Amino acid sequence: MVKTFGEFLIFMQSMLVRKERLAVLWQRTLDEAILIGIDSVFIVSIVSAFIGAVTCVQIAYNLVNPLIPKSTIGFMVREMTILELAPTITSIVLAGKVGSSIAGGLGTMRITEQVDALEVMGINSASYLVLPKIVAAMLMFPLLVILAMVLSITGGYLAGTLSGAMSAQEYVEGIRSDFVPYNILFALIKSVVFAFLVSAISSYKGYYTRGGALEVGAASTGAVTNSIIAILLADYVLAAVLL
Amino acid sequence: MIEVHNVQKSFNGNPVLKGITCTFETGKCNLLLGGSGTGKSVLLQCIVGLMKPDLGSITFDGLVFTNNKVDIKQEIRRKIGMLFQGSALFDSMTVFENTEFPLKMLTPEMSKEERRDRVEFCLKRVGLENAGTKMPSEISGGMKKRVGIARAIAPNCTYLFCDEPNSGLDPATSIKIDELIYEITHEYKITTVVITHDMNSVVEIGDHIIYLHKGQKLWDGNKDEILNTTVPELKEFIFSSSLVRAAKKVDEETEGGLAAATSDEAINI
Repeated sequence: MVKTFGEFLIFMQSMLVRKERLAVLWQRTLDEAILIGIDSVFIVSIVSAFIGAVTCVQIAYNLVNPLIPKSTIGFMVREMTILELAPTITSIVLAGKVGSSIAGGLGTMRITEQVDALEVMGINSASYLVLPKIVAAMLMFPLLVILAMVLSITGGYLAGTLSGAMSAQEYVEGIRSDFVPYNILFALIKSVVFAFLVSAISSYKGYYTRGGALEVGAASTGAVTNSIIAILLADYVLAAVLL
Repeated sequence: MIEVHNVQKSFNGNPVLKGITCTFETGKCNLLLGGSGTGKSVLLQCIVGLMKPDLGSITFDGLVFTNNKVDIKQEIRRKIGMLFQGSALFDSMTVFENTEFPLKMLTPEMSKEERRDRVEFCLKRVGLENAGTKMPSEISGGMKKRVGIARAIAPNCTYLFCDEPNSGLDPATSIKIDELIYEITHEYKITTVVITHDMNSVVEIGDHIIYLHKGQKLWDGNKDEILNTTVPELKEFIFSSSLVRAAKKVDEETEGGLAAATSDEAINI
């Protein structure tokens, strides 16, 4: 465990020495941003809209006390979405999609000697391949989380009003009450940290793949599992420290 | 010229290279010959810097590569071209982009037009002038090797390393790849190191052959000398090739004479 962590730190450090030209890294970062960000919009939209809808319906189902105003449903959907569901669930979904893709891609490059080919050319393969992925993830995750927040709250609105659980006015009143702007900042900080964890852990797993196709699969699985565990641990630590 | 001095490498206490000292000559096809598991690939990886030897030194035209400053290592590496066993082409790039890649990365001062001209020249040189737009998944194994060679020579490499360039190829394509490597070596006067266990390659392109056995250099010489060797392990290796045995048989029947065929020991293998 300690050895693996030490190797991980050395891997991180190796990205920062002998860096390629900024123009090259920037172009690679843009390419990765498309793969990590734009290509994930669909899955993030579907997941977040349904999570918002289901959250709203289930809160409405549980709030049967006539003394509690219906606008509380909107308030709870907003708080759950911003503080937890949007950043954490989105990052877990992305750990599955992006993490496995990063580990699988790098693992395949490793076993087909493409990484060695870069090294022989005198290119720092860690810097060229991994650094843009991490930077792109840290740029795109917050944007995807903002999208998830909007869609999740919209999903709650549609589910709540269409099912007749509450009126549109009550929902809007709920999501506007007692709003704390810091919560948005907290969610974005979380998303940046999760982005780093997912991309760095997945890159590490893929970069050091040895063997053949089976090992690439194992690296992808390991990347997703470890990323999710890291997200949950970091989620707790950040909540304890920042709230 | 590449000089390897007393290179040793072990894995988990198991010695794979046991103090190899040899020289790879400039302008020649230097063959690293040996059976499977004799340390050829490990030696090659030590030479190109993919692996660090436990002991010993490697020098490229007087510049020490092992344990030197990163800048000097980089300077040497940028003169190295390598053809990998599986070609190692970048899947996401076309044949043209694969060939252009080292130019883009290593020679930023080159204009787009200069790069295009150079890539077109290299692809033409390996006979793939019409394959530039194809993806690696759309071309044959032999073509992939050719693209690998084009990519290796694109930045005007001084040292060309080929890791089993014939693996997975049919005999006719193997010969063409061998001929291409041989021509390029002599045309551009580069130092070429080819790993092989193919006797066809030995007799086709072996300007200088180094035979490895159990992590040690047992013999070195050229393609004319190898058939006269008196080293038993090398004889055994040579005559384990069915092609050489067949050639020897024909030679004996016609009362010709492979010099090495006089050995009873070899006949009994």
